[in-house]
Amino acid sequence: MGGGITLNHFLVLSLIVFSLGLFTVLTRRNAIGILMGVELILNSANINYLAFAFYGGGKYDGQIFAIFVIMLAAAEAVIGLAVVLAIYQNFKTIDVDATETLRG
Amino acid sequence: MLAQVIFYALAALTVGSAMLVAFSRNIVYSTFALLGAFMGVVGIYILLAADFVAMVQLLVYVGGILVLTIFAVMLTAGIGDVTVSNRAVGTGPAIFTVGIAGLVMLYAIARTQWHQVAAVTPAPTTYAIGNAFLGEYVLPFEVASLVLLAALIGAIVISRHEARD
Repeated sequence: MGGGITLNHFLVLSLIVFSLGLFTVLTRRNAIGILMGVELILNSANINYLAFAFYGGGKYDGQIFAIFVIMLAAAEAVIGLAVVLAIYQNFKTIDVDATETLRG
Repeated sequence: MLAQVIFYALAALTVGSAMLVAFSRNIVYSTFALLGAFMGVVGIYILLAADFVAMVQLLVYVGGILVLTIFAVMLTAGIGDVTVSNRAVGTGPAIFTVGIAGLVMLYAIARTQWHQVAAVTPAPTTYAIGNAFLGEYVLPFEVASLVLLAALIGAIVISRHEARD
């Protein structure tokens, strides 16, 4: 790509998105917020896959892995949100700290 | 020069929206900020000559996952309360952990000599990806359909109302 955009630009962008996603996962008490952080982390991984595919000679393997990651993210979101809604029906809250009834 | 401007604009959109997702106190704002993050990532994909993946991202993330998340946010009442969406870990330990992980990865990025080939010229990728899915990657492709079926059935089983007796 012209204009002086290198692989490292994309890697640093991906690193920033990953860090923000990790911060979201760590600091949210809301289960849906945690899932949003996971989505950000998966997106950063996909940026890495596509950047390496682009700067590694234009093979399609990286893009295919990115599509698999998107597919698994969709499955994860469906199951995660179904679990969140089931928890909400039982506990009337999705505060992950308030739902530890299994603690001995 | 133009590519640089586009890259930095898309990166600013992505990072700004992701910061809003991470730091907003209201979960509804976070959800809508996620739209900006996903759209920025779509632009980044197009910049990386991955037109098909960009469209899949648009359809699955923006059209599917984001709408699902908004539904979940709206279905759980009282979620806008600050007490529900406030911090679990303190901000200090979280910044410490993220800082350590980020610095380690930044160091790895800076130190590694990546194997790089001359950048490709963007070309339509759908044909090649379709061939790879039904050729070299046919087994993972079929297993993926099983995973999606399992997720579908699992979501229905988990979220239906049980007849309690």
